[in-house]
Amino acid sequence: MIGPSALGDGMFVVDPSRCIGCEACVQACGECGTHRGRSLIHLDQVDRSTTVQTVPMVCMHCEDPTCAQVCPADAIKQNEDGVVQSALKPRCVACSNCVLACPFGVPKYEADFDLMMKCDMCYDRTSQGVAPMCASVCPSQALWFGTPEEFADTRRGTLTNEFQFGNETVRTRVHTVVDEPGPLQVTAGPTESPWQDDPFGLATVEA
Amino acid sequence: MARPPVTEEELVDRYGPHLNETPPGGWDAGLEIDREVKTHCCFCGQQCGVILKVHDDEVVGFEPWYDFPFNEGKLCPKGVKRYLQGAHPDRLTEPMERSADGFTHVGWDKALDRVATEIRRIQDAYGPDSFALYGGASLTTEKAYLLGKFARLGIKTANIDYNGRLCMVSAGAAYKGAFGVDRAPNPWSDIPLADSVFVIGANVAECAPITTSYIWRARDNGAKLIVADPRVTPIARTADLFLGLRPGTDSALMGTILHILIERDMVDSEFVAAHTEGFEEAAAAVESYTPAWGADITGVPAARIEEAAEIWGRSDTGMLLHARGIEHQSKGVENVRSCINVALATGKIGRPGAGVCMITGQGNGQGGREHGQKCDQLPGARDLRNPEHRSAVSEVWGCDPDDLPGPGVSAQEIMDKIHEGEIKGLLSICFNPVVSLPDSNHTVEALDNLEFYGVVDFFLSESAHHADIVLPGSLHEEDEGTVTSAEGRVIKINEAVPPPGNARRDWEIVCDLARRLGTGRYFDFESSRDIFEELRRASAGGTADYAGITWERLEAENGIFWPCPTEDHPGTPRFFEDGVFKTESGRAKFAAITFRPPGEEIDDEYPIWLTTGRVISQYLSGTQTRRIGPLTEQYPEPLCEIHPSLAEEHGIAHGDIVRVRSRRGEIELPAKIVTTIRPDTVFIPFHWPGAKAVNQLTHRILDPVSKIPEYKVSVVNIERVAAAPAEPVDIRDVAVSFGETR
Repeated sequence: MIGPSALGDGMFVVDPSRCIGCEACVQACGECGTHRGRSLIHLDQVDRSTTVQTVPMVCMHCEDPTCAQVCPADAIKQNEDGVVQSALKPRCVACSNCVLACPFGVPKYEADFDLMMKCDMCYDRTSQGVAPMCASVCPSQALWFGTPEEFADTRRGTLTNEFQFGNETVRTRVHTVVDEPGPLQVTAGPTESPWQDDPFGLATVEA
Repeated sequence: MARPPVTEEELVDRYGPHLNETPPGGWDAGLEIDREVKTHCCFCGQQCGVILKVHDDEVVGFEPWYDFPFNEGKLCPKGVKRYLQGAHPDRLTEPMERSADGFTHVGWDKALDRVATEIRRIQDAYGPDSFALYGGASLTTEKAYLLGKFARLGIKTANIDYNGRLCMVSAGAAYKGAFGVDRAPNPWSDIPLADSVFVIGANVAECAPITTSYIWRARDNGAKLIVADPRVTPIARTADLFLGLRPGTDSALMGTILHILIERDMVDSEFVAAHTEGFEEAAAAVESYTPAWGADITGVPAARIEEAAEIWGRSDTGMLLHARGIEHQSKGVENVRSCINVALATGKIGRPGAGVCMITGQGNGQGGREHGQKCDQLPGARDLRNPEHRSAVSEVWGCDPDDLPGPGVSAQEIMDKIHEGEIKGLLSICFNPVVSLPDSNHTVEALDNLEFYGVVDFFLSESAHHADIVLPGSLHEEDEGTVTSAEGRVIKINEAVPPPGNARRDWEIVCDLARRLGTGRYFDFESSRDIFEELRRASAGGTADYAGITWERLEAENGIFWPCPTEDHPGTPRFFEDGVFKTESGRAKFAAITFRPPGEEIDDEYPIWLTTGRVISQYLSGTQTRRIGPLTEQYPEPLCEIHPSLAEEHGIAHGDIVRVRSRRGEIELPAKIVTTIRPDTVFIPFHWPGAKAVNQLTHRILDPVSKIPEYKVSVVNIERVAAAPAEPVDIRDVAVSFGETR
């Protein structure tokens, strides 16, 4: 666990299975008071040619952040809540090491500011007990903010904050939802669905 | 007469759509917030609560409104960026008259005098019904009410109708027939209580995004989700069961399900016997609708139809949600009745978590259709043909019932009569028929036949290009009043800012016009609240009874579900809990639905089905959303969704330009090749005008009862005309298919 904090037991959960790709998170992120006009969220379409699956990617706030480890200027700081922040403007040398190193592909190099910027979990909001902008607006609540008890009471699925990249285990402050307990095998393939392989039953109809 | 005065390009250059990218002063302006106004989003029937931030009488941002119970802060991208329609460079702020070189500012007196003179001249020459009114479902209920009254008493024309005719009328007619009342019978809070959720013809994720959270809450509680749609929509992606049916076969699917429910003894006979009528006839109509027959008609494997019937039939509770996919058809009413049959047969109505709900699409799609801007309707959802209803409303209005005209014709029929030359004058508010109506070439020809066309709007819509007089009205956030959401919840809209420049609130314009026409005594309103107070009285005793609703109560109680006959009445979130329906017999009515094909069917020349719909970032004809930069960038131009097997047949690669042709017209646009659509069907979204308008292809065959056009089913052929441009129009959309991200 990461230490005591203004966040209390506030927990940020990303459940991509619910994502509808609407980009409300992207649009709302850009309305945040601390980086207005600039969205720091990534909304990835997995492969639009075969699926409408999309994945919202916020900073996972690693317990031992790779971005900070690889920063030659020591510009990336973690606050007392374990929230990993954008690079400090006076220190950032815009080398993009962090952009390349992040296992989740989160930091962005913003040329206008010559600075790495990333999601800080809306610390201005979350430290006051208010949900992050993206989780506030998310229509399907693929992005969710609350306490572990609230999650257990209202949502299905098991939480994990351990991600297995080959031999590397990454623990994060942000959680995701899995079917089975245990670390999420990031490099595993997609899960099966009863009808996804043949949504229109073409095999059946032709047979 | 009403051909645009200068070229479309010049009009677009002057009046937009231009893109508003940032709030006033730019992102870094650091403006102080003078006030925060709790109101609602204007961009769909869910009417999510939102807080608008105001600086110096301009809306400069938003904040989630966590305490509003429907959406608890949640918003789709349209809700987030809705505020950018304010302080917009394209905003109309002066009355204008067409002139040789475009439109000239003329001042209110001259503009209103001209409108009044034209109304009088045309009605004197050709009769009262030769002048028509078009209203809109984006208007507050006060304005919709006022417009209905203006038609009947202000200018005494029978011909008033509204763009809700393109939205909710099939569902409305079906619910009125089956239940005796046109409203979703259950509040949305019933969705999470359901054991099964059946979504048919509703792209919930893109058209009613917040509803996805209700469906997920049901799934969190263990509900099964069934989705029927010709496309794998975002809500369908994770469904327990997906029924990828052929466009125009919905009633065959639901008829087959009813057949299976009967065959396998899943009918709630007790409920059917006690509370319904017509079951035998409905059952007889589907007697031959075996799973094999259903599979043949719909293209859905028989086993999946059987599984759907089992999931629905075996669950104690269930919510069936439907929208334009089944309603925008020449058998839209029959499709909805076939859904209601399936709900009634299993006793899924009038209980927590059990019901059938239409998802109203337009902002005030519910309230806007209850109080008189429909061609056959009087306030309180009363019937213009009914003598008792006529006298009840006449008493409130202080007129003789004989003074009220009879029913006129529907929105598309008004345009047809304009085309034929029978209707000579038109005044429209909040309606963009050039983009909205099917067969847009026909619409443009019709508008050119008008002797006079007046438009009240806040931006110069593509229809307003054809106008003689343009009057700058008010945006949603520039006036106060009420709307009624998809749930039947009446809510309060608050004014965040006054109309800019010389723009005026729409109701002020209508009242001023009535004064000029000598009928001002019926329109002596000082405020929107005055109109609401009269509406309360006029609706009293009607089906949609607002008599007990006050603006103060709406704010204090986060809205009230109608009917609410007295001030101490709590409102009515759920209908029929006592098993009594609002029909004459008190019983819910089954309908005998025999499947019939759509108005147009594929043949050798036009071998492909075309279906149309929305995208998440745009709203209706796009008059507002095509002016908001961040929304437009999300999906800049229409793309044609094609299955790879169909694309291969025609040698079409991703991003290639294709020509799609129907009997009405043709359109060229980039191909988006996806396995998420049926191979016999293409999809094109409808928010764009001119050369990008898919409504050039759609046809004008209407549902015989609801008069809704069949946007969801027409037939086309396709061919490749060019390789993908070096710079695709929607770079992101093409790029992502190759694994790149935004």
